[in-house]
Amino acid sequence: MSCLVVIEADATGISEVSTETITFARSLGTDIDALVVGDVDALLGQLGEYGVKRVFAASGDGFGAYAPGAWAAAAVAAIEASGATTILAGGSPRGNEILAHVAARRDVLMAANAVQVEQQAPVQVARQVFGGSALEVMSLNDSLAVFSVAGHACAPEPAKASTSPTVQALSITPTSSDLAVRVARTEAGAPDESGNLKSAKVVVGAGRGAGSADAFDELEALTDLLGGSLGVSRVVTSLGWRPHHEQVGQTGSRISPDLYIPCGISGAIQHWAGCSSAKTILAINSDPDAPMVTRAHYAVIGDLHEIVPAINEEIRRRTAAAR
Amino acid sequence: MSNILVCIKRVPDTGGEVSLTDDAMNVDDRQLGATVSGHEECAIELAVQQAGETDGDVTVLTLGDEDSIEQLRDAVARGCANAVLVEAVPSAFGPADIAEAIAEVVRAHEAAGTPYDLILLGNDAADTGDFQVGVRLGYALDRPVVTGMSTVELSDGQVVAKGDAPTGGTQVFEVALPAIVTVMEGGVEPRYPSIPGRMKAKRAKIETIEPQVQPAGSARVRLTLPPKPPSQVTILGEGPDAAVAVADLLQELGVLR
Repeated sequence: MSCLVVIEADATGISEVSTETITFARSLGTDIDALVVGDVDALLGQLGEYGVKRVFAASGDGFGAYAPGAWAAAAVAAIEASGATTILAGGSPRGNEILAHVAARRDVLMAANAVQVEQQAPVQVARQVFGGSALEVMSLNDSLAVFSVAGHACAPEPAKASTSPTVQALSITPTSSDLAVRVARTEAGAPDESGNLKSAKVVVGAGRGAGSADAFDELEALTDLLGGSLGVSRVVTSLGWRPHHEQVGQTGSRISPDLYIPCGISGAIQHWAGCSSAKTILAINSDPDAPMVTRAHYAVIGDLHEIVPAINEEIRRRTAAAR
Repeated sequence: MSNILVCIKRVPDTGGEVSLTDDAMNVDDRQLGATVSGHEECAIELAVQQAGETDGDVTVLTLGDEDSIEQLRDAVARGCANAVLVEAVPSAFGPADIAEAIAEVVRAHEAAGTPYDLILLGNDAADTGDFQVGVRLGYALDRPVVTGMSTVELSDGQVVAKGDAPTGGTQVFEVALPAIVTVMEGGVEPRYPSIPGRMKAKRAKIETIEPQVQPAGSARVRLTLPPKPPSQVTILGEGPDAAVAVADLLQELGVLR
């Protein structure tokens, strides 16, 4: 018995969602297999560090540009070759998409965004529903348990004992129907899009309390002083004050900075879903009972339009004194 | 002329924290309003825009009880021409059941002479967050499906769909019609219903259909609430005088450059 993890990777190696997912998978106590589409050699060292036993590799015609159907065909072939009774992927757009295809092809259930395994045989997982404000315990199929692991459900951690994974090439050629949907091209995004926000070590947040589209100068100054990124709540983008790619929350970016400074954000659960992984939260809010304040580690109570400029001034004073 | 079907779901408007029903099988929505997700609002907007450019019609569909007619009429007020209620208790339907129920309607409408070039859904429902109804619908109807797209454009027998690429930038899909696309919020600004739209919506005929599919259910065992840690907030101060304490904290955290 083994479980199979679908690996996502980029130019720098295995994506964080996938190292989190392998770490999560180890808690199942079974051998871990991995599915890699594309170049496998560059990832073998890292897969070994995370304790993967066997790697099933798909490459060649049809596995160039991303095609969800081709990945699903490879995943189904890997399930058959490995005898896996569980398949996991990161709860990313692609992870959820590939697993949905696998579940539809195998006519089994799928659980998106699991945070915990509640029991094995049959597998039951607890997964995020209602934007993370509730968990659903869901029972999966005996024959094949399909679930994605919610982002930041666990911290990625290499295995105690690393392995030397074996590699088995899958003999699979995607059909024309597998390739009906594939990336035709990728267009460059504006340089300062949400990518920076997701990886920023410091994020300054702004909500309805900012008051208007013209009221962001001091917030941007604080962001610059801390070398961070600006993130906003949904109401700010809905009102057209800031662009959508700055939105943090259930339908925006999920961030995990070392420090998050939400200013004038009450902390609706949808926003919390996107920022709860911040290591330290410093809330600035006029309402001491706002959920964002009660959930924060630190808070300053009052009008952000008075407090933020004062903080900026104090930071400038200290940096000038240090020179 | 392109006909577009857009699928939506009435969900409780859980702005704040939620509580559960006594049997822990659902969120207690008695004190909550109802809405559709931001993804679906954008799907409606994209559908209305694309149909408008090709002189086509948008049909809005939901699976739910009769309360869901409120969300159908709202979609009509925003520009959808037709509305279909697949009348069912939504909690009895899992994502595969919902996909099959939608497929039944598509097959019936197409047999009656209304083919759908494009079917739009939200990327995931705001309540159950299943991330799979669109994909399962693709398999039920044997149509290509693209998920998580911000914009769609119909041209020359295909849909050009664009969305965020995982490593930055925008990924572009060009898919032959008929096709299915699930929409992620952010690519368009949903319009507000117009006054004439609201008037039309009040009078709009709602086609009500009973699903044939025997639902297998969602395999929900129970709901739980995530543990709520007690508040451990340290108040650094009130008003601008707190700036010194904040700067001390920033220094302590090592984020002052």
